[in-house]
Amino acid sequence: MIEAENLSKYFRGPRRGVVRAVDGVSFRCEPGQVYGLLGANGAGKTTTLRMLATLLQPTTGTARVAGHDIRRDSQSVRSNIGFLSAATALYGRLTAREMTEYFGRLHGLGGPALRRRVDDVFKRLEIDFGERRCEALSTGMKQKVSIARTLVHDPPVMIFDEPTLGLDVMTARAIVAFIRECRTHGKTVLFSTHVMSEAEKLCDTIGIIHQGRLLAEGPLAALRVRYQQRGLEEIFVSAVES
Amino acid sequence: MSLRNIGVVYRKELIDSLRDRRTVVSMIAVPILLMPLLTVGLGVLSVVLWGRAMQEIPEVMVLGGQDSPRVVAALQALGEIRVVPAQPDYAAQISDKQIRAAVEIPRDFDAALERGEIPTVRIYMYAGELRSGFGAGRLQTFFRGFRERTVRERLAARQLPQSLLEPFRVEEQNVAPPEKVSGTVLGGLIPYFVIVLCLTGAMYPAIDLTAGEKERGTMETILCSPVSRVHLVLGKFLMVLTASLFSAALSMISMGMTFQAGQGLLQTIEPFGGAAFPLQISVRAMAAVFLMVVPLAVLFSAALLAIALFAKSYKEAQSYLSPLTITIVLPAIVSVLPGVELNAVLSLIPVLNTSLVSKEIVAGTYHWDYIVLIFASSCAYASAALAVAIWLFQREEVLFRA
Repeated sequence: MIEAENLSKYFRGPRRGVVRAVDGVSFRCEPGQVYGLLGANGAGKTTTLRMLATLLQPTTGTARVAGHDIRRDSQSVRSNIGFLSAATALYGRLTAREMTEYFGRLHGLGGPALRRRVDDVFKRLEIDFGERRCEALSTGMKQKVSIARTLVHDPPVMIFDEPTLGLDVMTARAIVAFIRECRTHGKTVLFSTHVMSEAEKLCDTIGIIHQGRLLAEGPLAALRVRYQQRGLEEIFVSAVES
Repeated sequence: MSLRNIGVVYRKELIDSLRDRRTVVSMIAVPILLMPLLTVGLGVLSVVLWGRAMQEIPEVMVLGGQDSPRVVAALQALGEIRVVPAQPDYAAQISDKQIRAAVEIPRDFDAALERGEIPTVRIYMYAGELRSGFGAGRLQTFFRGFRERTVRERLAARQLPQSLLEPFRVEEQNVAPPEKVSGTVLGGLIPYFVIVLCLTGAMYPAIDLTAGEKERGTMETILCSPVSRVHLVLGKFLMVLTASLFSAALSMISMGMTFQAGQGLLQTIEPFGGAAFPLQISVRAMAAVFLMVVPLAVLFSAALLAIALFAKSYKEAQSYLSPLTITIVLPAIVSVLPGVELNAVLSLIPVLNTSLVSKEIVAGTYHWDYIVLIFASSCAYASAALAVAIWLFQREEVLFRA
């Protein structure tokens, strides 16, 4: 479960002064649900997800992730999430197995249990290149290893920040299938995207974020009724313009 | 404090770094090869160049002397120089290295000597030029001998004893132990190289583990793991420290082996000439210098890590660390300068203090009060630098600097 309460993040810069990257965002994402944060580039999606993953400290507000407060118990939050974004790259000089095992160890796993867990994840993701260095892998292979890294500790909450950004069609489809699988397994899934079709296909609840503020949220059907529009793209434009 | 987590991060960083060619070169190859190249390599080169210059028979012009056949004949009979015909542009020829030196015999030189006058012979040479120096040196030796011979002839003519020329002798004898002699000549150089290698060995891993991670996008990956940032920075710091100490240890081992292997060879090189000169550093001194370098390695590792973390990319980190390298190398150079001696004030200046005390240790002198003071102050600086590195790792504006 993810419960964000009035989350805000302000950045101070010498040239632009105070920038409100995220401004009073509140939402709730239940287990077995996919919540899609939809917004243009610079809308505040990544900052929101980074705050939930405890990479950034909120300026005001807070959130509970898997029952842990992101301000007070950041380590427990990170133990219970799998965070994947375009900015979470792999260690090129490690093999796929070393990479996954490293994160397993950081999550407290070890010994034969860790090896078994990595074997299971590799089997599930069809990774048969475990002994190859990550720098020598194709983009699709790298994405599979990244997913293995997020799954190695079997977290109840998955956070994806534009996970299909820059990927080819086949790899993007595999990611979408993986997100659906997470939902089937009862995980809480929060993901951000600016690809309308992806959000339409995947999300149980959609939150439209613009200039740091959550303008609208709800199931796609409810948004269609509210904005009197059929397609998500039109709904998004109506929400932003209103 | 979870030692397990620090250990997990350290182990991964070690494996990762040992697969990085730049780190391996700076941490292993440079410390091993630098000393042999600088001592044996430069030594051999010096011997060859010096030998060639010594073997050359310098061409020398004799200016004047037509009315003094005795001295000119003696000069021409000298096998160590080759007399070439006098020309008015002798100065230009010396400057252009066409001839090595020239000697001007004053008018009526032989007769002036007979009369007991004091004529002046002038030697023209190219100051600072090795081969010209050798040419002028041979002329000096010749005229010194010629003067002595003249005096002896005068004494004999007056039936006076030869002892008038040399009423007493002066002998110089070294009483300092061999390691002190070695320490005085090399004492400043050994810690200088160890300190520099201690720094360069840590530099690439420090950049790779911080700015390198930011550039490659792995910083965010590791930050979303449950390991605390303190454990993370300590794991990384231990890796950088390992590289620094490993470089220092390798450089010292390489130095010891090079001194052993190259001893005979280097004894032939000026100013190390003389069979009694022991070109070595004792195992005890090596261990003591290494111990003094440990807090300095901690200081370097933490400082490099903190500065490199601030950078967004590998290149930016390099541009930040280059001036730092000069700042660190400068005190190490000052310690090599003659006359800079250890005192209470200098004991508090980082790098310079370790460099100076190591110089004393290599020479076999252990000032325990200074050693304690330097070790304690270096530990304090190192702790402060590590605290800054840990603090910076908690700052999101540093970690996510856009």
